[in-house]
Amino acid sequence: MQIDLRTVAIKPLRHTFDHLVERFGDKPASRYQEGSYNIQQEHIFHYRPTWDADRVLFDKKRTKIQMKDWYALKDPRQYYYGAYTIARARQQDAAESSFEMIEDRGLAELIPAELKQIALDVLVPMRHVEWGGNMGNSYITAYGYGTVITQPCLYHAMDHLGVAQYLTRIGLVLDGPDALDAAKDAWMSGALWQPMRRHVENLLVLDDWFEIFVAQNLVLEGLLNPMLYDYLDAEFSAKGGTAISMMTRFMAEWSAETAKWIDAQIKTAAAESPENKEQLGAWVKHYRSATREALAPIAQRAFGDQADDVLADLVSEFNARCAKLGLAV
Amino acid sequence: MDMKANKKKLGLKEKYAHMTRGLDWQTTYQPMDKVFPQATFEGIKIHDWDKWEDPFRLTMDAYWKYQAEKERKLYAVLDAFAQNNGHLGITDARYLNAVKLFLTGISPLEYVAHRGFAAAGRNFPGVGPRVACLMQSIDEIRHAQTQIHALSNYNKFYEGFHAGAAHQIERIWYLSVPKSFFDDAFSAGPFEWMIAIGFSFEYVLTNLLFVPFMSGAAYNGDMATVTFGFSAQSDEARHMTLGLECIKFMLEQDPDNLPIVQKWIDKWAWRGIRVLTLVGMMMDYMLPKRVMSWKEAWEIYFEQNGGALFNDLAKYGIKVPDCITQCTVDKEHISHQAWCTFYQYAHASAFHTWLPNAEEMDWLSAKYPNTFDKYYRPRYEQWREMADKGERFYNNTLPMLCQVCQIPMVFTEPDDPSKICYRESDYNGEKYHTCSDGCKHIFDDEPEKYIQAWLPVHQIYQGNCWPEGTDPTAEGFDPMAKVLEWYHIENGKDNLDYEGSGDQANFAAWRGAATQNT
Repeated sequence: MQIDLRTVAIKPLRHTFDHLVERFGDKPASRYQEGSYNIQQEHIFHYRPTWDADRVLFDKKRTKIQMKDWYALKDPRQYYYGAYTIARARQQDAAESSFEMIEDRGLAELIPAELKQIALDVLVPMRHVEWGGNMGNSYITAYGYGTVITQPCLYHAMDHLGVAQYLTRIGLVLDGPDALDAAKDAWMSGALWQPMRRHVENLLVLDDWFEIFVAQNLVLEGLLNPMLYDYLDAEFSAKGGTAISMMTRFMAEWSAETAKWIDAQIKTAAAESPENKEQLGAWVKHYRSATREALAPIAQRAFGDQADDVLADLVSEFNARCAKLGLAV
Repeated sequence: MDMKANKKKLGLKEKYAHMTRGLDWQTTYQPMDKVFPQATFEGIKIHDWDKWEDPFRLTMDAYWKYQAEKERKLYAVLDAFAQNNGHLGITDARYLNAVKLFLTGISPLEYVAHRGFAAAGRNFPGVGPRVACLMQSIDEIRHAQTQIHALSNYNKFYEGFHAGAAHQIERIWYLSVPKSFFDDAFSAGPFEWMIAIGFSFEYVLTNLLFVPFMSGAAYNGDMATVTFGFSAQSDEARHMTLGLECIKFMLEQDPDNLPIVQKWIDKWAWRGIRVLTLVGMMMDYMLPKRVMSWKEAWEIYFEQNGGALFNDLAKYGIKVPDCITQCTVDKEHISHQAWCTFYQYAHASAFHTWLPNAEEMDWLSAKYPNTFDKYYRPRYEQWREMADKGERFYNNTLPMLCQVCQIPMVFTEPDDPSKICYRESDYNGEKYHTCSDGCKHIFDDEPEKYIQAWLPVHQIYQGNCWPEGTDPTAEGFDPMAKVLEWYHIENGKDNLDYEGSGDQANFAAWRGAATQNT
């Protein structure tokens, strides 16, 4: 049946759902708003979780951070599922054509041996660090509070899995499946990687989901991603390893994009109360020194005698970023 | 050259194994049982997580690509639907009451599934099931959101949608049925969650839950709903294979797992079937153009397809749940008993009700030759007579609810359709009531859990269901009006009969205007 209503304008009874009218007024809501605000249940739960009997299923008390309105922690990218997958599909399309070109033309064979070895030693074992990032962010998705923050954490968890898979592909392109075995050995027992593995494992046993957000998303990624995708990438490009830069393009774009989202969360939470600000600052200080310690041997391998300078730069850039977010660190 | 040897193309399975399996490791700086604190407390024994067979091999890049394509198509259709007043293409606005039930009762479950699968995706010590669970978690938020987006357009023009997808499921009496089901699963451990949601809900019952709503949409010209239904189809297929793989994996890992798994299958089959009462009622009474009767759906999707599944699982020692015997009796009754209940409580529901007309009653007689004319037609005829005399029957007392499934105690004894079925258990000096042997059995197995149930009727009587600041001692205090306000049910607009409703009048006027313009 075809109904053509070109001349008939029907006046809607309302523009959106009650909770959005209450929050933003009775006007058409965006798909982000409809798909994110107040879709988590809040007040009434039937049974105490067997795995956390002192709390309810979705409980505000699973973190020391407190917000009057948890929906203040909105995502500046306004990612709901559709917007998120469409954005990533575009990025993966670009990444795929880079990998295809490198594989078709054998560009990996043109990479100077020394650079290739750095990529194998530094980038490939990082897939395990990414897997840790996936676990931390799935934890937040499960036990965090309020869809505007739990939702992007799942996207972030899936991104970490995607990045781990891109790093895996880099290993496969550079040296086949053996590269992955060598990276796993280095991760499990190589001296270079033990401080980082210890740090990642320490983050896997944290209870407070906002602490995980700070330790993993703000601090670890805030130091690690620029180190790999700015500093090390510049080295690769400058010394004839453009093929490696092509393969990390997705990560470079992704870490810049996600940093904006992470900043918005920290800034909003810190501005909420002096208690939040103090707690966030304390976490940042603690995890900054732990992360720096974990990164030191890896930076040494990547940058040789420049390592200390690179780390010092990274930390000072990170501190400036934190200061902008209102943290005293 | 060494490099050449590495150039051979990896097979899909091998490549996928590299992309996921190698990622995890046995932690040593922190003990594994601290990293995975929920892995053992339910008593399920897993010896080798690497034996997990990935039910689908989807890397993230492929996932983004396929899903983004589906999203682009889906939203193009939804935009066109909104732009062209697609809501006037449905068979009749009465149909939308089924969609209201879906938005308020099912979409919130998709959301909880998203959170629950994220938890499962964090808690299993094996990387294979973790990745599969996370993919389901992200699919489930997709489903919650695409449903809200698809139905948002109806909200603009019809009553009963405005409370959205979370407010009412926490509060309204009949929505505590699906809510308590998911709360029950999420508050259990990760293995039970997988049997409850991954296997029972997504595998065994999905054809009786998701499919009837989507088929109903297709039969009734609801392009918005049917489009997300089709778009979700390939996701659902993945979820079904995950549920099946999960149960097989648990059974293959250790013989000690069998009794635990069997207990969960028995529990969740019955829990699920009770929730399906609402679907049965929707199929038999709420669709202007009907797809099939509840009884037929049950026979095809459960008795035949489910039978084949349990034959498959028999090799592991799994038996068909005992409760199924009662279901073969119930399939002739429950949809009628449910609709009779909603008809009596239409003032307290967030959708409209009506009496089946003569043609519909004949259809019901034909579909239910053993029961409809004998037990239910006379009831509807009596109510019709009363309504015609201006004495439309409303039940103004609140019903007792089953302590487990939370459905009002309206079901009858398996051997006597004229007698309400009550079961009673004692726990810590208190009496608890259940609607059936199935629910009593579940209660008796975990009384400490089910005594916590937030029963909407009890809560109303305790005065917990009014807006903040309500003064029940004020003059002229009307408790039911306050409950409706707290529910976000607009009295006279969202509830009561469809006949004479705003939805009915608006739809007629709008469609009339549309017809004159073509």
